[in-house]
Amino acid sequence: MKLSRLGSFHQSKLSFLRSFIREFKDWDYKRNLFDLNEKGYGTAVYSFSKNHRNYSLICFAQHINPNERSDRVIATKWDAAFVLHDGIPTKKDIKRLKENVPKQEVGRVSCKELTLSRANKSVRAFDHVVTSLSSGKQPDKKLLNKVGYLYRTTAVYGSGKFGLADRFRIKDRKEIYGPFRLEMMLVYLVRQFTFDQVNHIAKSKNPGKAIELDPNIARNLGIGNSTGLGMAPFIVNHPTLLHNWIYCREKALKEIRSLEEVDTNELNFFKDCLVRSKASINSWLTDSKYQNDKINSLKNGLIKFDKFLKNECSVKQKYLWNKIYMWTEKNLEDEGIEYIVSMMMEPYDDIIDPLVNKMSSEEEKYFTIPAHKKVSNLKKVLENNYKSIIEIDFNAKDNNSNFWFISKNKEEPRVACRYEEHGAKLEQPLAIARDIKKLYEKIIKEKQTDTIAEFLLKNDEVRHVVRRAFIVDQFPYSEIQDNTIGASLVPIDMLRLKLSFFGAVKFDPRSDKWLRINMYQGAPLSHEMKTSNDTWVYNVIN
Amino acid sequence: MQSLSEIDTTSKRASKAAGFSWGIAEEIGKAIRSLELFGLPGIKNLNLYLNKIEKKHPKKVNKIDKENKNKELCPIYCGVAFLDQCKKLEILKNIKFYNVNYPILILPFISKASEILGKKILIKFNNSSLLMNFNKSILSQNLEKQVIDLVEEISIEFLENNNSFSEQEWKKLYKLSEKTFVDETDSLKAKGAGAGLTDND
Repeated sequence: MKLSRLGSFHQSKLSFLRSFIREFKDWDYKRNLFDLNEKGYGTAVYSFSKNHRNYSLICFAQHINPNERSDRVIATKWDAAFVLHDGIPTKKDIKRLKENVPKQEVGRVSCKELTLSRANKSVRAFDHVVTSLSSGKQPDKKLLNKVGYLYRTTAVYGSGKFGLADRFRIKDRKEIYGPFRLEMMLVYLVRQFTFDQVNHIAKSKNPGKAIELDPNIARNLGIGNSTGLGMAPFIVNHPTLLHNWIYCREKALKEIRSLEEVDTNELNFFKDCLVRSKASINSWLTDSKYQNDKINSLKNGLIKFDKFLKNECSVKQKYLWNKIYMWTEKNLEDEGIEYIVSMMMEPYDDIIDPLVNKMSSEEEKYFTIPAHKKVSNLKKVLENNYKSIIEIDFNAKDNNSNFWFISKNKEEPRVACRYEEHGAKLEQPLAIARDIKKLYEKIIKEKQTDTIAEFLLKNDEVRHVVRRAFIVDQFPYSEIQDNTIGASLVPIDMLRLKLSFFGAVKFDPRSDKWLRINMYQGAPLSHEMKTSNDTWVYNVIN
Repeated sequence: MQSLSEIDTTSKRASKAAGFSWGIAEEIGKAIRSLELFGLPGIKNLNLYLNKIEKKHPKKVNKIDKENKNKELCPIYCGVAFLDQCKKLEILKNIKFYNVNYPILILPFISKASEILGKKILIKFNNSSLLMNFNKSILSQNLEKQVIDLVEEISIEFLENNNSFSEQEWKKLYKLSEKTFVDETDSLKAKGAGAGLTDND
């Protein structure tokens, strides 16, 4: 559970983008409304429906000036804003949402809405596609492969934010048992909107000559996303959820490694995915030295792995996957190990599918502190679960360098150096390692037969980590075993951990605090979902 | 309308800003969320209470006894301590707090204790009585005011898990339910599951 390893995770069969498509592939997709003017501004509605359930994406596209277009969370205007509505929206709903959704954080939505987002055009890609299509030509694939999408979202909100429905209202719906399913639905439908909008503008520009975007090109376009630190505290603040994600991954890996026999079809499937996925690695472009070093380590690792696979692996061997895993641990770096682990899951629907629905969490259940337990019990919990953490010296400047805070401007999490910036007094409770150490130092001096309730009467400043320690004792993968305020912290590792579970690809760090990614690149288009297969993520990039 | 998630987060942050520790502030977030879910004025009371303690933070509770007196007691510190110690306090059967500020704020902690103990808990102050029902609901009687800034006495009673109806009322209902059963004739008995066997094989 070290950040460097967690920050090397890749998408896999467990990822939420992929499980969303598997779950919703037999739902009926429809474009219900497409009321855009010749410039592509206006309102559109898309829906998924099955039996009596409907989910509708409402899109509002508007004109913005180039100087208003910003990926940063401080932006106040976007090319398009989106909301996922529970059911079929009435005209009154659309009117209400039109007044609020484009305002995003300063607007209000209701409990009839489930997720909220906004996105900006990748101007160079979008304009190029419009120009090409309107003159009767398909766009330049090279340029599109370089960008990878027509629009980039800068936030996707859910779970009660800005008046959206609380999770408790919808959590019992079977189709959304998998985590972030409605966020994934929103992004998927936004992708379809971007294709429809670009076709519409091209057609309006030159009705006689314009052609539609080739589905093979469209399929290789995803939706971009710019992600900042907002995502980082999420994995600290949702320990049981983090546990369930990692646990399912570990359980899958354990079951696969325990397979005594591997048949030829399974091994060939693995090899096929591996070969196809390399196209995606080769088109993974970034200016980040940090990321380029990791990509090079992955590429070199895969060259070594190919030799090993060819020369030393055969289905005649017992426990072949275990042998492969042991070899990667010994011979590859983090990027390579995690890549092969993701690939090993590919042939095994029967192992992965049952795990997907176990990746959510009823977090409230674990909130109450078992305060009847003894101090000696908590001491043991800390010693068992935070061995390396309680050895950190937080008096050393480097180990206590950063603090996390919420910015007043945008109510977003930020990290800064406590010795250089003001605001450390308003530090958020995200320095878990430091506070656990503080708790441990208090606990060892206490009467061991006292109850936790008695201890907390005198020590409520460590109450938040007492709660946490008891959660970690039940959920071993719920804690990042690292110092989130140390000078060597790479915050984007925290972002990548979460984004890899989403199923994002092409991690492109723009600094150590934010990155760009691509989602749904290669995914079936909306009308192709019913006949799609699950390995779309490895579709060859043209 | 604010979502419960917004209510939780904002109550937590405001409570931290008012001087509570993060751990206590987390408890307050959940407590106010649950008051609002049960239709009780959580935000209103929290706002007023945080305003009251802005200049002077309330005293923490050292211990919970059968009778708890102070010049003024903090509903949050009393509530959290009660929740933490509820398994121990249960044997006292009845507990009293005197001079409690904004007593509505203590309710969600006792409601949670009701869930943990698996027992209903009855709370009385002024002329009101409130039944904590395993944290599934709070049933209130005569709670006329949305805000009570100070209450002289709060009585908390752990209720045993007894029926709310008499034996006779139960028998009457059971008898009516029997009308859904079919009388077994000899023929039905002979063909039923297990017919013809003895239990001695």
